[in-house]
Amino acid sequence: MEEKFVVLENRKLAKDIFEMKLSGNTKALKAPGQFINIKLEGFFLRRPISVCDWDEKSITIVYKVVGEGTRFMSELEKGAQLNILSGLGNGFDVKKCGGSPVLVGGGVGIPPMYGLAKVLVNAGKKPQVVMGFNSAEDVFYEKEFKALGIEPVIMTVDGSFGKKGLVTDGMKGLSCDYVCACGPEPMLKAVSELACDGQFSFEARMACGFGACMGCSCETKYGYKRICKDGPVLFKEEIKW
Amino acid sequence: MVDTSVILSGIKLDNPVIPASGTFGYGKEFAELYDINILGSFSFKGTTKEPRFGNPQPRIAECYSGMINSVGLQNPGVDAVSAKELKELATFFRKPVIANISGFSVEEFVDCAKIMDKEEQVGIIEVNVSCPNVHNGGMSFGVFPESAAEVTKAVKSAVNKPVYIKLSPNVTDITQIAKACEESGADGISLINTLLGMRIDINRRKPVIANKLGGFSGPAIFPVAVGMVYRVAKTVNIPIMGMGGVSRAEDVIEMMMAGAAAVQVGAANLVDPYACKNIIESLPGVMERLGIEKVSDIIGIVE
Repeated sequence: MEEKFVVLENRKLAKDIFEMKLSGNTKALKAPGQFINIKLEGFFLRRPISVCDWDEKSITIVYKVVGEGTRFMSELEKGAQLNILSGLGNGFDVKKCGGSPVLVGGGVGIPPMYGLAKVLVNAGKKPQVVMGFNSAEDVFYEKEFKALGIEPVIMTVDGSFGKKGLVTDGMKGLSCDYVCACGPEPMLKAVSELACDGQFSFEARMACGFGACMGCSCETKYGYKRICKDGPVLFKEEIKW
Repeated sequence: MVDTSVILSGIKLDNPVIPASGTFGYGKEFAELYDINILGSFSFKGTTKEPRFGNPQPRIAECYSGMINSVGLQNPGVDAVSAKELKELATFFRKPVIANISGFSVEEFVDCAKIMDKEEQVGIIEVNVSCPNVHNGGMSFGVFPESAAEVTKAVKSAVNKPVYIKLSPNVTDITQIAKACEESGADGISLINTLLGMRIDINRRKPVIANKLGGFSGPAIFPVAVGMVYRVAKTVNIPIMGMGGVSRAEDVIEMMMAGAAAVQVGAANLVDPYACKNIIESLPGVMERLGIEKVSDIIGIVE
């Protein structure tokens, strides 16, 4: 699980949003929606970041600068070495997604939805995608989804890009039998109310990231679950909002 | 070949390295990564009589060289630990384990200890009278010599296995509390638990942790721990399990020189799941470099 990775590329995509490509051993990754936990020099705790895309030799993450740790990450240059715990969390259960699930991502919740969309497309499924941002300056990955053959519905709160409104407005008119979503918790809750069934990826403050410390436990209908180990993806039926 | 073994209340450990309670669960997350039979022993997640969900989120805050946790003794309850966790543990760990227990009344400590006393794999019962994260429980017993003595006496009279009392550093004089535990029959002392601490999110003007305060651990507290272990070791004649910020083999040696007969490793496990493995593997080399043949020879060697 612990691997050395090397930064191949680290570029700004949008306001405070960066994409980092890392080369290293990726065999611990099994499903879209899993995450990696990155050790940063000078910081005690690792930084858990969802995986956006991966192949046999590299991982792509898209992250937002929200504090000192992610600021430090954004300044890393090509060739920097990182100690990473890879393949953490459960990820999305692709088999349960049906033929045409709606994938909903809000802001920095979009990257894991890209990985999921790619896996679904490669399996011959036809996912629909709804992406939500605050404003035009925050928008990223439109081109990447289009390259998968998906025409994403893009929503901005202020209407400066795509359509004006929230992701829930963008879901109207789509058949939401099965929804997979990642984003802020209020968004997940609102999205789940429009979905017959689905999977939802949560964020939490965590220490270890591999199930030891109970720092990120949440209550579900079937007892407590650790977001890092039993999640971050939970099924609609088990979530206690 | 150097000798890393130590003896703790008659139990021989291959080495003095013991993952601390609350940082190692019931062992299974680490057993997926390496053979945890290399450990001296380990102290499992603090267990209470009733199941506990613990404190609200967020429970974790980062600090310089450390972290604050406010997990709040989340555990499935002693009956589930006995019926499920320890049955599973026996399938991948074959050494005696340290049962860390906590309670909200003397009776709860005793009930929990009695159940753990019957468990074949439990070698030592570690009584946590020092959790800073639960109200009216845990720590309130550990902050006065009288109440620490009361819990010690009650647990000792109810069980046969060795009893270690885990003490809080958040007290006026830890040596007096350790002394009270010794006089009440404790077989050993574990110290230190976390230091009470707080972080504030200056953007939101609010505490980072939902419970406001939590337990501070990590390398930043190591000197505090060494100092307290040293003072307690000069006060009592029972063995000490020293802990607090230990992250490398050199720290193990330092803690033992201060007076610890064995050393627990806590927060380091959470940032590096292989921390204990690395410490155990590097310990013989560090001993050779320092001219130590038997690690037990250095216990309390510092005057």
